[in-house]
Amino acid sequence: MFRFLFDRDTWQEVFDSLSKNKLRSILTMVGVWWGILLLIGLLGSARGLENSFNRLFGSFATNSVFVWGQSTSRPFKGFQEGREVKLSLSDAKNIEKNVEGIEFVLPRSQTRVTATRNFLSGGFQMAGDYPLLDQLQKKKLIHGRFINQNDIDDNKKVVAISEDAYKQLFEKDEEAIGKYIEINGINFTVIGLFEVGNVNMGPSTDMHIPFTTFQQIYNRGDRIGWMMITGKPEYDIKQIEEDSKLILKNLNNIHPKDTQAFGSFNLGKEFAKLTGFLIGMQFLTWFVGIATLIAGVFAIGNILLITVKERTKEIGVRRALGATPFEIKRQIVVEAVFLTLVAGVLGIITGGWILILLDHFFGQGADAAIVNASVSIAVVFIALLILVALGTLIGLIPAFKATSIKPIEALREE
Amino acid sequence: MLKINQLHKSYPIGDSSLHVLKGIDLSVEEGEMVAIMGSSGSGKSTLLNIIGMLDEADSGEYILDGLPIKNLTEKKAAVYRNKFLGFIFQSFNLINYKNALENVALPLYYQGMKRKERQEKAMFHLEKVGLADWAKHLPKELSGGQNQRVAIARALAANPKLLLADEPTGALDTTTSYEIMAFIQQLNDEGKTILMVTHEEDIANMCKRIVRLRDGVIMEDKKVEQVRAEQYV
Ligand SMILES: Nc1ncnc2c1ncn2[C@@H]1O[C@H](COP(=O)(O)OP(=O)(O)OP(=O)(O)O)[C@@H](O)[C@H]1O
Ligand SMILES: [Mg+2]
Repeated sequence: MFRFLFDRDTWQEVFDSLSKNKLRSILTMVGVWWGILLLIGLLGSARGLENSFNRLFGSFATNSVFVWGQSTSRPFKGFQEGREVKLSLSDAKNIEKNVEGIEFVLPRSQTRVTATRNFLSGGFQMAGDYPLLDQLQKKKLIHGRFINQNDIDDNKKVVAISEDAYKQLFEKDEEAIGKYIEINGINFTVIGLFEVGNVNMGPSTDMHIPFTTFQQIYNRGDRIGWMMITGKPEYDIKQIEEDSKLILKNLNNIHPKDTQAFGSFNLGKEFAKLTGFLIGMQFLTWFVGIATLIAGVFAIGNILLITVKERTKEIGVRRALGATPFEIKRQIVVEAVFLTLVAGVLGIITGGWILILLDHFFGQGADAAIVNASVSIAVVFIALLILVALGTLIGLIPAFKATSIKPIEALREE
Repeated sequence: MLKINQLHKSYPIGDSSLHVLKGIDLSVEEGEMVAIMGSSGSGKSTLLNIIGMLDEADSGEYILDGLPIKNLTEKKAAVYRNKFLGFIFQSFNLINYKNALENVALPLYYQGMKRKERQEKAMFHLEKVGLADWAKHLPKELSGGQNQRVAIARALAANPKLLLADEPTGALDTTTSYEIMAFIQQLNDEGKTILMVTHEEDIANMCKRIVRLRDGVIMEDKKVEQVRAEQYV
């Protein structure tokens, strides 16, 4: 068999018979070429979309839920309905201790402030935060650093500001790190300058100061604005949300069926929806790609069948000269495999070009719709393998047809 | 060389069947040159095709070179066709996209011969039929007589013991026919056994024995004085 594949005559035969029917060979190849091109193009763009999605959300702990206090809608244990609900640091500690599957509980407080520097001033959203925030919602720092544990421990008056806040409070190109800004009448040292991301969790924040400093300045004591509860990856965030709320209701003397007392936003749930959409799209892509591939291979088989019909007399002659059915089948199968292989490789090459073009037009910049559109080598290889296997099987059908009749019947064909 | 006993063959036609060969008895010795004659539809080609293992008989015995030909696998049949038999057809049956040399080399390809050896051998046979200069030409660039000579060279290439020809001169004019016959006689002189179907008395008389078929049986089987073809060329 090896000798056969490296024999010049084998390929002479293949080229002769394929080039004798140029149009048909080309049409056949277009079928497979188009199938594999589509498969790669679709899979690549789906992957690109997924990548861009991951880039957008990748810096977040997505298995999270935000919880904040509202007001009660039911009377309970002697309390009137309509009571304002305030979350506290001990609530957060309790959840962290008692709910199963918790990774972190991050308390935050937020308020609107006016900041001034020399003659420049503006209104900003300012939050009191722990260093952990930087871990859950990665801040892209341009200069300096984010809040650290030291700042927390010593109630330091330091602030990390956004690019937008910088533009409002500083002259162009002015160094900000180490300078003072006045926030609601108190001087803070700027320690960091961060970029504003495309996606924000919760209200957007222009300034971050240490949580402890915030609580002290605004006299919040134990009270916090809201908390971000992050579950371990393997835990269901919806369950964590329910468990946490139940504990919060218990701690704050709220009716267990009170749905108004706490507001929440389940990031994990929303994220899962998007992920589901992406998976659905990938599935569709595979489906479309493979269906097209199969259609292409069937086109090849069909055309080979016609070829064999036309070549029946020739096959009759060959058999009269002593060709065995195996030799004839082998020849036709090699033709089929060769066609599918060449068309498939061309499809892979052009598919690659398409992905390069996609990257060129849609994949540039930070907020690109398609990021690193690509297909794994394994997928391409498997697709090619399927293609060649199908090509062989289908090539065998006409080959069997051509050798199942008596040589004389083949010879009589005109 | 070959021995046939009570050979029967019929073709199904719709619900009934057409009984074409109704008990043929024939034996041919090595070195013979036999013409099979008979009116159109008498079963000449059918008989020749069965002898050539291109078709199968319904019943009867057929022994080729001491080998009973019965229920052979297609693979075995292919090997016998390749080793024992050479075919010459009325319509040449050359492969139209292969040149003369490639056509002649084809039976050798199926023998598994190496390319170089094959081409040398094919060239030798082309020279023998006087077409060495036409080796690279496609069949459509050759005349009928030249094509039939290519076909003869092809039939000879594998050095078969038995040459089967179905109206080899049927598509050729008289002069060309005699040229072809001269070749075939020369092959017979060299010891090849030849069986040919023909319609023409003058061609038949260039053989050494004439077998006449009628209604599916052998009506007459006689030796004749061979007329040499060279004298007319
Ligand atoms: N495949 C077939 N199916 C049905 N009938 C057939 C088939 N082949 C031959 N016949 C019939 O069998 C009979 C003998 O055919 P055959 O070809 O052997 O005749 P022949 O003697 O060679 O005639 P010719 O001189 O015209 O070539 C004819 O009547 C023909 O119609
Ligand atoms: Mg006939």
